[in-house]
Amino acid sequence: MANDKQPACMTCSPKGLCGGKGLLTLKEGAWANNPLAIQVLGICSALAVTSRLENSLVMGGALIFVCVGSNLLVSLLRKCTPHRIRMIAEVGIIATFVIIFDQFLKAFYWDMSKQLGPYVGLIITNCIVMGRAEAFALQNPPILSIIDGIANGLGYAAVLAIIGFSRELLGAGEIFGYKVLSGEWYTPNQLMILAPGAFFAFGIAIGIFNWIRGPEPEEKKP
Amino acid sequence: MSETSAFVIFIAAIFTNNILLTNFLGLCSFIACSGQIRTSLGLGTAVTFVMVMTTILNYVIYHFILVRFGLVHLQFIVFIAVIAAFVQLVEMFVERFSPRLYFALGIFLPLITVNCSILGASLFMIIRKYSFIQSVGFGLGAGLGWGVAIVLLAGLRQKMRYSNIPEPFQGVPIAMVVTGVLAMAFMGFAGMVSIQ
Repeated sequence: MANDKQPACMTCSPKGLCGGKGLLTLKEGAWANNPLAIQVLGICSALAVTSRLENSLVMGGALIFVCVGSNLLVSLLRKCTPHRIRMIAEVGIIATFVIIFDQFLKAFYWDMSKQLGPYVGLIITNCIVMGRAEAFALQNPPILSIIDGIANGLGYAAVLAIIGFSRELLGAGEIFGYKVLSGEWYTPNQLMILAPGAFFAFGIAIGIFNWIRGPEPEEKKP
Repeated sequence: MSETSAFVIFIAAIFTNNILLTNFLGLCSFIACSGQIRTSLGLGTAVTFVMVMTTILNYVIYHFILVRFGLVHLQFIVFIAVIAAFVQLVEMFVERFSPRLYFALGIFLPLITVNCSILGASLFMIIRKYSFIQSVGFGLGAGLGWGVAIVLLAGLRQKMRYSNIPEPFQGVPIAMVVTGVLAMAFMGFAGMVSIQ
């Protein structure tokens, strides 16, 4: 496995068992197949917690932790999980990690736990975690699954940070609670903190993301 | 909180504190299934039904089992198990006794297990310390509010099929922006009643 990590060929197909599979997985999850911007999964929490940059980062961290943990466990258990009950097994594993994180937050960061409210618990129904367990960890060895978890968590956290940054900057004129935009030339636009601002920021962010990637041949329309 | 009547909570959950437009819950299926008004009506009905029933079930389980035995930290795993089991049960029941309803509603039921608004409603009920009657009002209002929002968006998206949208914004991005406008419109109700 250690030798496999060399990024020998980046051009190989994702299915081929050659060199840069770990790196390819990382790139796939964090950029090319970003769970939020491309697949549009798990947006509920992404909108709810992004009114401040700090909350966004904590939530991103939570998702990385849960995704890595559940991917690892699902992957370790993949040989002995009966196919029919795999869903409920996955939900159980995910819920376990969410409870661990929630208890940790309640014990050490009470204020943050209060601010995030029910959204920590709602990571259980976050489609990203479930989707990765189902689509990746069930078929792949543990180490690759960890990398996949990190990649998808990072992709999620990065988009969250961008939205949180722009909403806090435009809505309150602050970054991490410090005044950045103030004075007579900028009046904070309260709308960005409120619910509609989240929808606008997210819609525009995906639009810009699509624009940067160029006109991808995405023909399948639901 | 305890003196607010259930009816006020019911109205507030539909309009001023719409679970979708102010709390962002249940967005995944909201975006995915809002193509047609008929589909979204079916989904809205199913969500309302499941939400009321699971709020009641979770209320009873939380207050009579989890609190009594000091197992409150297990609430997430218990709630999601209750929701999944209930949805499965309803699906089997409907399939057995009313095949017509099953074809109208059945395909949406599995989707509901992963709809975060259902779990979210249960969690809000606990966090806001509702009584039993208030929880029923909240569950019903939240479900109906979700249904109203998805039907509204479905109507808007049907019209948008004929408009000229810039290439990168087609599909999800424009749906999000439109939802933002919808949320702004719902903010107009804010002065009516308020719960928090």
